[in-house]
Amino acid sequence: MVQGPHPAPPRSPVRPARPVADGLPRPVESPADAPRHVGPEKVTGAQSIVRSLEEAGVEVVFGIPGGAILPTYDPLMDSTKVRHILVRHEQGGGHAAAGYAYASGKVGVTMATSGPGATNLVTAIADANMDSVPMVAITGQVGASMIGTDAFQEADIVGITLPVTKHNYLVTDPDDIPRTIAEAFHIASTGRPGPVLVDIAKSAMQAQTTFSWPQEIALPGYHPVTKPHAKQIREAARLIATARRPVLYVGGGVVRSGASDLLRRLTDASGAPVVTTLMARGALPDSHPQHLGMPGMHGTVAAVAALQKADLVVALGARFDDRVTGLLSSFAPLATVVHADIDPAEIGKNKRADVPIVGDLREVIGDLLPELEREHGQHGKPDLEAWWQQLDAWRETFPLGFDEPSDGHLAPQHVISRIGQISGPESIYVAGVGQHQMWAAQFIKYERPGAWINSGGLGTMGFSVPAAMGAKVGDPARTVWAIDGDGCFQMTNQELATCTINEIPIKVAVINNSSLGMVRQWQTLFYESRYSNTDLNTGHGTARVPDFVKLADAYGAVGLRCETKADVDATIKRAMEIDDQPVVVDFTVSRDAMVWPMVAAGVSNDAIQYARGISPAWDRED
Amino acid sequence: MTRHTLSVLVENKPGVLTRVAGLFARRSFNIHSLAVGPTEHEEISRITVVVDVDALPLEQVTKQLNKLVNVIKIVELEDAASVQRELLLVKVKADVTQRTHVLEVVQLFRAHVVDVVPDTVVIEATGGPGKLDALLAALEPFGIREIVQSGTVAIGRGSRSITDRALERVSRSA
Repeated sequence: MVQGPHPAPPRSPVRPARPVADGLPRPVESPADAPRHVGPEKVTGAQSIVRSLEEAGVEVVFGIPGGAILPTYDPLMDSTKVRHILVRHEQGGGHAAAGYAYASGKVGVTMATSGPGATNLVTAIADANMDSVPMVAITGQVGASMIGTDAFQEADIVGITLPVTKHNYLVTDPDDIPRTIAEAFHIASTGRPGPVLVDIAKSAMQAQTTFSWPQEIALPGYHPVTKPHAKQIREAARLIATARRPVLYVGGGVVRSGASDLLRRLTDASGAPVVTTLMARGALPDSHPQHLGMPGMHGTVAAVAALQKADLVVALGARFDDRVTGLLSSFAPLATVVHADIDPAEIGKNKRADVPIVGDLREVIGDLLPELEREHGQHGKPDLEAWWQQLDAWRETFPLGFDEPSDGHLAPQHVISRIGQISGPESIYVAGVGQHQMWAAQFIKYERPGAWINSGGLGTMGFSVPAAMGAKVGDPARTVWAIDGDGCFQMTNQELATCTINEIPIKVAVINNSSLGMVRQWQTLFYESRYSNTDLNTGHGTARVPDFVKLADAYGAVGLRCETKADVDATIKRAMEIDDQPVVVDFTVSRDAMVWPMVAAGVSNDAIQYARGISPAWDRED
Repeated sequence: MTRHTLSVLVENKPGVLTRVAGLFARRSFNIHSLAVGPTEHEEISRITVVVDVDALPLEQVTKQLNKLVNVIKIVELEDAASVQRELLLVKVKADVTQRTHVLEVVQLFRAHVVDVVPDTVVIEATGGPGKLDALLAALEPFGIREIVQSGTVAIGRGSRSITDRALERVSRSA
């Protein structure tokens, strides 16, 4: 029967599922071209876990040991292939695995013990699930005979993470370990990527078993569709070739599928304007003349208006999130919608698609290009001049900008903008969640996919420092900036210890406005400036608890403080010079700075405000 | 709101029902009834789920279910092209003065009496929801003491089997 938390029966050996050609990095079954056969080896379950991770191509695990995972940590100590980085909190381990996955293109791996170790991972797993990050989480579970007895440090983590994982497993039979881990990596990295949790009973780690690799994967219900339907591609090409006001609405799926180069060709071929969502910043270089910036709640006026006035919206790996659409019923009201995504459930979920395309974005855009060329050959290129005149007028009238704060303190936008300019497009920028995140999305110019990492869907405060740590491990040659807020930084800054001890020299810019800035902004705008519980006392003229410079020092990092505009460049350059230690820069900025433009939650994108009380007059421009 | 009957073929593994039921709960889909059981293939279980949704959300239900790794196949069974049955057990007051009348109703509906004691009978009936509702309405005046009812199970009419292709998939990967 299907119900009940009983251990899975051992399965008979089976042939591997057919490989899925989706263009994603897949270090799963055979890192080398020819599959290498290993085993059977007589091992313990714990050794089997470590061997499986090694054979799956895992190089780094972010984790913390505890009672139920202890048997696994013993053989892990001897592994020459897997580097374990001891984090200070499981949430940090999870976000680090995500940052690692972003920067390396591989599956991020995190490990924790049962009960509180596992529940501490939940936020990071939910975050990875919302942002489609390939991740495998290995958790220890109490011994099989104790499951269900409310044993010490027992939590039903498979039940708890059911809604926030792509898939999850409970393993009680040691013989199931290699196959389960192989399946976990396969599921995490193929189709729409996501987190997979493997919960393994301590008794299974302690028992004797055999290990062999590669493993045969038995997933009769898992067949991601990667090849798009030719008829739909033709229809999409026809629409792109004939639309007068097209917009390419680009989401994180383009980055995840590695389709940025193809997107660029589609952009050039179509002549259409492009908007890149929060998850897709860098998918098309910001310097590209057809790039209108980010759409949505804090998007540019040009990007938001383009979607509202478009006659064709081509959504590529985007999911019509409420932060992009505003009031859904009034989003892109004039547009025919082409929606391409690898996840069929995204198509038609929020906005009806006239042309649904299921497939990997690399294949979708790759197939679209010759079809579009054929259309152009037959009917000529469409005349988009009137559309571009309109778009350019919006761009010129409503460029991104900010006012110098009247309180004499630093403008956070200036600080973030200068970090982007001084550190340059080859660096990686990792944001937390809030005002600083939006400014980092707006004012840093992204020229390549992977330069921008943030928590988009779940909006997890505290994401930045551990994710930056993971990104630096995943791509050590690059400069990695954590652009963080004073609120976010206080949620996960314990990972500075991990960075210092393990020589992971990230740079943290704390955009310190001494408050929960985005909440404060909403209080200013929607709650009559009644600042209920948003004051953090970390900034200028406050008790400075904690003092971020001293805190950095306590963690063995370099702490710098910058309070005046004249010092901004020099401070950033100083931080750039230090490459053997983590650096924390406390930029004390004005707390009154706000993120503009803004579409208030739940209203139409037509009501976008360029700055407080200033809305574009659409009718005049139409 | 319209009612749809879905046959969901799933891997016969622990926790799969929880995955399916949990999906309905968190996506705010309404389950009207649910029945689970084995199939002719020991590796496959079959969930028959009746949902109250409009056409567009039904597509979402199906797509979201398909995303579950353990779900092998989903088929919507239209009323006209399938046989749909529920099982009802009902305990009705039937003392000596009423018993004959109760038994008449039982016969009318081609139901069975499966337990008799001096003051009550237990009646077993199968049928579509319409028939069972009508039976209950007819029994109501005698005094219904207890009702237990299964979810709908459904099978397509004709010779085709929805498990055929699913089986191919399982055997191809197994």
